[in-house]
Amino acid sequence: MTAAPRTVATPRGGAPRDHAEDSVDLTREDSRAVRRRSLRLLKDLIHPVRVRFWATLGMVVVSQATKAAGPAIIAFGIDSALPALIHGRSLLVWLAGAMYLAAALTTALLTAGYVTSTAKLSQTMLLDLRVRVFRHTQRLSLDFHEHYTSGRIISRQTSDLEALRDLLDSGVSSLASGVLFMLFTASTVFLLDWMSGVIMLAAAVPMLALARWYQIRSQIAYRASRVASARLIVHFVESMTGIRAVKAFRKEPENNEEFGALTEDYRKVTARSIQLNGILQPGLVLIGNITVSVVLLVAGLRVLDGGLAVGVLLALVLSVKRFYQPIADMAMFYNSFQSAQAALEKVSGLLEEVPTVVPPKDPEPLPDPRGHIRFDRVEFRYGDGPLVLPEFSLDIPAGQTVALVGATGAGKSTLAKLVARFYDVSAGALTLDGVDLRRLSTPDLRRAVVMVTQEAFLFSGSVADNIALGRPTAAREEIEAAAKAVGAHEFISALPDGYDTDVNKRGGRVSAGQRQLISFARAFLAAPAVLILDEATSSLDIPSERLVQAGLSSLLARRGRTAIIIAHRLSTVEIADRVLVMDAGRIIEDGTPEELIRGGGRFAALHGAWRESLV
Amino acid sequence: MPAKAPTTNQTSFRSSLARLAPEARPIVPRLIAGLGVGLSASVLAVLVPQVFRAVIDALLRPGAGPSAVVLAAAVVLVMGVFEAVLTFLRRLFVLDPATNVEASLRVKLYRHLQLLPVSFHDGWGSGQLLSRAMTDLNLLRRWLAFGAIYLVISFATVIVGISMLFTISWQLALIFLAAAVPISIYSFRFRRQYVAASRRSQDQAGDLATAVEESVHGIRVLKAFGRSREALENFALQAEGLRETEVTKARHLAVFSMVVTLLPELALGTGLMVGLWLAATGQITVGALAAFFATAAAVANPVEMSGALVGMALTAKTAIDRHYEVMDEPVAITDPVEPTRVSSQPSGAQRAALAFRDVLFAYEPPRPGGVPSDRAKAPQTPGPALASDGCGRPVLRGVNLELAPGETMALVGVTGSGKSTLLQLVPRLYEVSGGAVEIDGVDVRRLPLAELRSLVSVAFEDSTLFSNSIRDNVLLGAPVREGPDADAILEEALDVAQAQFAYSLPEGVDTRIGEEGLSLSGGQRQRIALARAIAAKPSVLVLDDPLSALDVATEERVEARLREVLAETTTLIVAHRPSTVALADRVALLRDGVIDDVGTHSELLARNPHYRYVIASLDTEPRDLDSELDADDSMDDLEEAR
Repeated sequence: MTAAPRTVATPRGGAPRDHAEDSVDLTREDSRAVRRRSLRLLKDLIHPVRVRFWATLGMVVVSQATKAAGPAIIAFGIDSALPALIHGRSLLVWLAGAMYLAAALTTALLTAGYVTSTAKLSQTMLLDLRVRVFRHTQRLSLDFHEHYTSGRIISRQTSDLEALRDLLDSGVSSLASGVLFMLFTASTVFLLDWMSGVIMLAAAVPMLALARWYQIRSQIAYRASRVASARLIVHFVESMTGIRAVKAFRKEPENNEEFGALTEDYRKVTARSIQLNGILQPGLVLIGNITVSVVLLVAGLRVLDGGLAVGVLLALVLSVKRFYQPIADMAMFYNSFQSAQAALEKVSGLLEEVPTVVPPKDPEPLPDPRGHIRFDRVEFRYGDGPLVLPEFSLDIPAGQTVALVGATGAGKSTLAKLVARFYDVSAGALTLDGVDLRRLSTPDLRRAVVMVTQEAFLFSGSVADNIALGRPTAAREEIEAAAKAVGAHEFISALPDGYDTDVNKRGGRVSAGQRQLISFARAFLAAPAVLILDEATSSLDIPSERLVQAGLSSLLARRGRTAIIIAHRLSTVEIADRVLVMDAGRIIEDGTPEELIRGGGRFAALHGAWRESLV
Repeated sequence: MPAKAPTTNQTSFRSSLARLAPEARPIVPRLIAGLGVGLSASVLAVLVPQVFRAVIDALLRPGAGPSAVVLAAAVVLVMGVFEAVLTFLRRLFVLDPATNVEASLRVKLYRHLQLLPVSFHDGWGSGQLLSRAMTDLNLLRRWLAFGAIYLVISFATVIVGISMLFTISWQLALIFLAAAVPISIYSFRFRRQYVAASRRSQDQAGDLATAVEESVHGIRVLKAFGRSREALENFALQAEGLRETEVTKARHLAVFSMVVTLLPELALGTGLMVGLWLAATGQITVGALAAFFATAAAVANPVEMSGALVGMALTAKTAIDRHYEVMDEPVAITDPVEPTRVSSQPSGAQRAALAFRDVLFAYEPPRPGGVPSDRAKAPQTPGPALASDGCGRPVLRGVNLELAPGETMALVGVTGSGKSTLLQLVPRLYEVSGGAVEIDGVDVRRLPLAELRSLVSVAFEDSTLFSNSIRDNVLLGAPVREGPDADAILEEALDVAQAQFAYSLPEGVDTRIGEEGLSLSGGQRQRIALARAIAAKPSVLVLDDPLSALDVATEERVEARLREVLAETTTLIVAHRPSTVALADRVALLRDGVIDDVGTHSELLARNPHYRYVIASLDTEPRDLDSELDADDSMDDLEEAR
């Protein structure tokens, strides 16, 4: 558990934006656009694997043709080869047998072939899509992440991709093979006896009606079940991640009741959708069996008046019986198709989200950043929201340590996030060493500017891995040196496996303060020209904070680095060269700590109160 | 905890199924009924070819009339209708009970998970647990309702079908049988490969979900350091691993289904030639030959499906194993057998004494989620620490501390000294490894859990709130949750915690927060969590640095109000700053797992250098030159290393 997951603040002053992929009622034009968007994505995904796609389809076609040929070969055997054999000629028997074996062999080999090939196809496409979604969510700007909840991104990557996988893995091939098999079987029947063919097609009418009824009903049931399962999942995950609070406040009975009710809801909608199947399947069997008896009657009578051979009668009965087998699968295909379509719409919607902060196409290189920051008549607002930071200019020379002070909501974090280019300025320009931030490549920018926030998130993996995030190429000694510099070395060494200790589920076993120390070590390892600390010491105890500050001032002094520090606690201000006091988005005081204290303004008052609180 | 053999996934299919028996027992009659009608339906389907045999033979007899054809068609019609009705009944019998088993297993799993101690949850990602609660149990239900029954029906159909073939011609039947034997041998081999692959894919999918989760929750860090590329590469590697497993799985399945399709068909092709020869030599009739093919066609389908059915059964077995892997986890923290009561009542904020006596504590090695062996092999998956870290070093090694009723004690110590751990021992979120925690002289382990946790209320350093209204969140542990009394408690708690902002939310205190509602800032969440702890009206309050995310002004206001509440409640509060210590009557200093000193703030300041080191601010004490030099040295190290 960490502070990170759900502490996302809504953009201040702006209503949360709606996302097209989540809205239910779309105008016709919108829904056409959504469909176009998903189709485009699908085409994109198929393109790299199109050769395999057609090859797979080819295998399906041939395998279904050979599969449908079976009864006709038997009819040939009974009607032509048998009389020949009675007259002493065995050639046709061998031929019939060879044909049957060849057909069987082809069917089996190609079926195995297309099953494997479909899996490869679908898995390649899924991998492609997974990576795309991952890359895109990483690329999307922070303002997006602040209003698109993490749960939604996760479900894009899990349940939505699962729905696509269901369709790609088995849905498409079962539909294609089903349709083709019915087509080939129908042709065979028509070739053998057109009258039986007509009967068979006549029976297809009620069958399709039944399938259609099922499709409509199951779609409704299916949606209901998605809603019910989503509720169940949200509740489950929340209880498990918040288990400590659940236990501490005895929420278990309440949870049990709620989960019980949600489970029952889910069970009911599931049962309802299965009941639909319970009508479809026997219905199909019934219509199929009736058709077989009618064909038997009609074709049998025609055998009597010599219009039809006995072998053909057998072939007809066998074919008719098999004709309807794929219908059930096809009716179910529609379900997986529907959910996959919905999933694709959502995923393509996410992929269409445009990052508001984009790296430049032809970046300006900044090989040796010094850390001179300049705000030139900068304004900032979230999207189209109200102005958060009214126009201001500010010059932070390289090597200066600036403390930002002010009440919650004064705009301190916003200003800091602009420097980290989590957001772009709405007007004016923000430059680093004379280069507009928007003209820097991502690697250059991140090498130059690093921001450490209050939410010290640890990734699963070892402590060393987590520190190395600051500079992945760092050697172990460098990692340890960084940890020593912030005073984290001692507690890390005391962990069961030292630096190789796994931080487990969301850093469960290191305290909030230790998490902050680790994330500090990260920043030290990265050693950027501009270091931004946003409430990064809030959970530290005083000795740790002291160590961090000692390390910090030595890092800053030695390299002439620029630092922007936001802290509620003014102890941090002690190491600042300059203090900016902010209120309602404006900088109202600006000067060295001594000047401001002497000046008797707001900072002086804050500082006085703080000193009183110390002992 | 009993050590679990790493061979859990090697359990036999039967023993896995036996675990399920108690759950399935109530629906066994209906399962049997379903099986009965299902079997009847498939026997009917296998008998139909006998009618074809009769009618074809009749047709070939010279001078045959239409009556035979009409009769045969009528019989086929009746049998066909029966088959449909029986199929309908089979589903009717089985489906509903199967969903009941699924639901009851799910609820039981959830209840068990809620009972399992926090130490269990530390080691298991919620994604792993979720896939056990949803995917696995869905699978199990489908298998119970369809797979299991169909597997039996398929085998029965094959046996009945082959017997029918023997009544037609023993030669043809033998040919068909010759195909069936290799199939059963091959399916046995297939079993092992497929189980391993399907287990691996389930675990990999779980890990992948975790990777996604972390990349989203840690997006700020990744962005701040520009590490999206590394995260992507790692993710792509993991996704590629899953892809490979899935393809391997499909390949196994493809080969298997090829064998089970091909062999019967080869038998039919051979049967065609032999049958024609038998018919030509007059040993069987043409009708019998036709019946052979019709019967074989009816039997071929179940044989073909057996591949998928066996696969499904194996996946279901994995699902059962995964389910019981969690269900078998012992509930380490339980209600006492003979509960005692403390004098004070759960509600009403009675004063209670709190004491720690020789408290020892060491974290147990976490239990990894998923199969240890599989995860250990995958290098790209940073699995949780395995048992190699042993029982861990003791965090607390003999803590002795007494709080008088109504006293407020601040707990001070360096980061990682075990302050939070000590707090969590009070409501038994973790269990002491030795010694005891006592409330009013009663060992907390002798109190019923519900009572203990209503006596003790906690505010954690990370404030976990639930997707619910502000009101429900704050009143979660309150003695009354509805009515005017509850409103009063809510109002007071929000007031003390300085969380009046709640009233100005779109729907006031009824505004829903969390995943599907409004997001709050860290400071807002912390204040709501504090309000929740206060609203519980506990006898003992444990607060873990509850003001860390607040700005100075708010902190001051909270402290002013909090002081009134704390005056009546026994409180242990973790403090990082003097301002928080100021709330307390006395201070306890935790150092190296023991209480180093207890006294008032000024006493400790005067006599304890470690306390001064821990609590005194930068300028109230000369800078600790040693630590500064240390830091300087390490900066040199860093410089040299670069």
